[in-house]
Amino acid sequence: MKPNYFSIPYVGWMALFVVTPIVMVFVFALTTPTGEFTLRNFSDMGLFLPVFIRSFRLAFLATVVCIVLGYPVAYLLARETTRVQRILFMLIMLPLWMNFLLRTYAWMSILENTGLLNQLLSFLSLPTVRIINTETAVVIGMVYNFLPFMILPIYSVIVKIDKNLIEAAHDLGANTFSVFRKLIAPLSIPGILSGVTMVFVPAVSAFVITQLLGGGMVFLLGDLIEMQFLGTAHNPNVGSAISIVMMLIVIVFVIVMNKFGSGEEKAVGL
Amino acid sequence: MNKKPGFFGRFYMSIILFFLYAPIFVLIVFSFNSTRSRTVWTGFSLEWYRRLFSDGTILDAFYTTLIVAVLASVIATFIGTVAAVGFFNMRSRWRTPLTQINNIPMMNADIVTGVSLSLLFVSLGTMLSFRLGFGTLLLAHVTFCIPYVVLAIMPKLRQIDRNLVDAACDLGCTWMQAFRKVIIPEIRPGIINGLIIAFTLSIDDFVISYFTAGGNIMTLPMQIFAMTRRRVSPEINALSTILFMSVLILLIIINVRDIKQEEKLRQRTSV
Repeated sequence: MKPNYFSIPYVGWMALFVVTPIVMVFVFALTTPTGEFTLRNFSDMGLFLPVFIRSFRLAFLATVVCIVLGYPVAYLLARETTRVQRILFMLIMLPLWMNFLLRTYAWMSILENTGLLNQLLSFLSLPTVRIINTETAVVIGMVYNFLPFMILPIYSVIVKIDKNLIEAAHDLGANTFSVFRKLIAPLSIPGILSGVTMVFVPAVSAFVITQLLGGGMVFLLGDLIEMQFLGTAHNPNVGSAISIVMMLIVIVFVIVMNKFGSGEEKAVGL
Repeated sequence: MNKKPGFFGRFYMSIILFFLYAPIFVLIVFSFNSTRSRTVWTGFSLEWYRRLFSDGTILDAFYTTLIVAVLASVIATFIGTVAAVGFFNMRSRWRTPLTQINNIPMMNADIVTGVSLSLLFVSLGTMLSFRLGFGTLLLAHVTFCIPYVVLAIMPKLRQIDRNLVDAACDLGCTWMQAFRKVIIPEIRPGIINGLIIAFTLSIDDFVISYFTAGGNIMTLPMQIFAMTRRRVSPEINALSTILFMSVLILLIIINVRDIKQEEKLRQRTSV
């Protein structure tokens, strides 16, 4: 097989629709609205520091909750028979087929002050809670939307672990707990790492969830960027600079995490 | 892993499934409510379904979404298939950086892909005097779909026996004939997978569409966003119910077919 000119049309496409847009984000970030070179878009970034901190804090929280809730699901799922696995896997993935706006909208009627959760609480004569338009509501929305993205990669790693390894460990006298701690947990780290990437990136740049469940009270990076491009603040130059800084932090985070993760894998010696 | 989950495991799994399905269940139940309330049940009615089907803007948005998804997935699958074959035949010195560029739209946050494309389209638009609309929306969708098509096809290419292609060429096939008659049939499952992934991604996308569609055209997710901003609109519940049920039925059909095929295969191998 030789002709590699087959990829020429797509290389052209990528040059125009993938590379050029990113170059343009950099050009916009380094210019004023009138087109002169400036570094102010970056040097004024300190203004948005609280938004950066809040976004990364909530995305981090949502990711941790997804690991804590999702890991046991993936582990339990991998231990079921093939037939049950198939059905449960379908059930976990099915909500993803519904648009995430609808899934988020559904939580509004549950979390509202007169919503179903509070109706249930007052029916049980328990004190009602104020959740809607708080950070808690936004994190619940993130966890709900992104949890399957954490379960899926962890499950696919655990299910591939060689059964002979586990049997060997049992034969050599390990109990279920130490098999988990010394074998399954270290081997599932690559799954957790890809799950973290799949949850953290959309969580840190979320902007619809905040508008529906945060009611404009919880302002995150996604909202900030959206406001600079389509909203009232209209300033694509500042918006571009914010996008760049956000993605750079995410990239550094992912690289550091993967370095750390591959070290763990080697430590198991497999 | 030799032991099946016990009572606590099953209990935990049910709680998570409850967490995943409770909101959808609530959504569906209140689509049949007789008043506008999203939280107080007042009686059964099909009012919101009637309104949904007489709402021109929602139906328009639905058609737009469907047309964009069909066009974008077909175009992306075509370009992606050709590109994947091209990538596969490259020296790795070229292939590695190009694959990495191909991965950018998948790794990047949707909002950054969206704003970067909108910057490009707005700038090109002022130069070539066009505005954001159906064309830019379609270009954006094709762009974010292609990487997934390439990703779906690459493993199938690796599985091809290279001797097959060499044999075809030795027997007098031109390269194009070998491509059509040997490579394409071999990677067909990957192509179909890529097409399905591209179609669902396109139908589901909100963020990138939101930045690249302009003000005159709306996809269904954009329409849903506009409706959720008005807070109380039970038409959304009706719409969700219909969409959820369609997906559910589709998945059941696909799975039943898969299981039947597997059983047939098992019977054949046991004979």
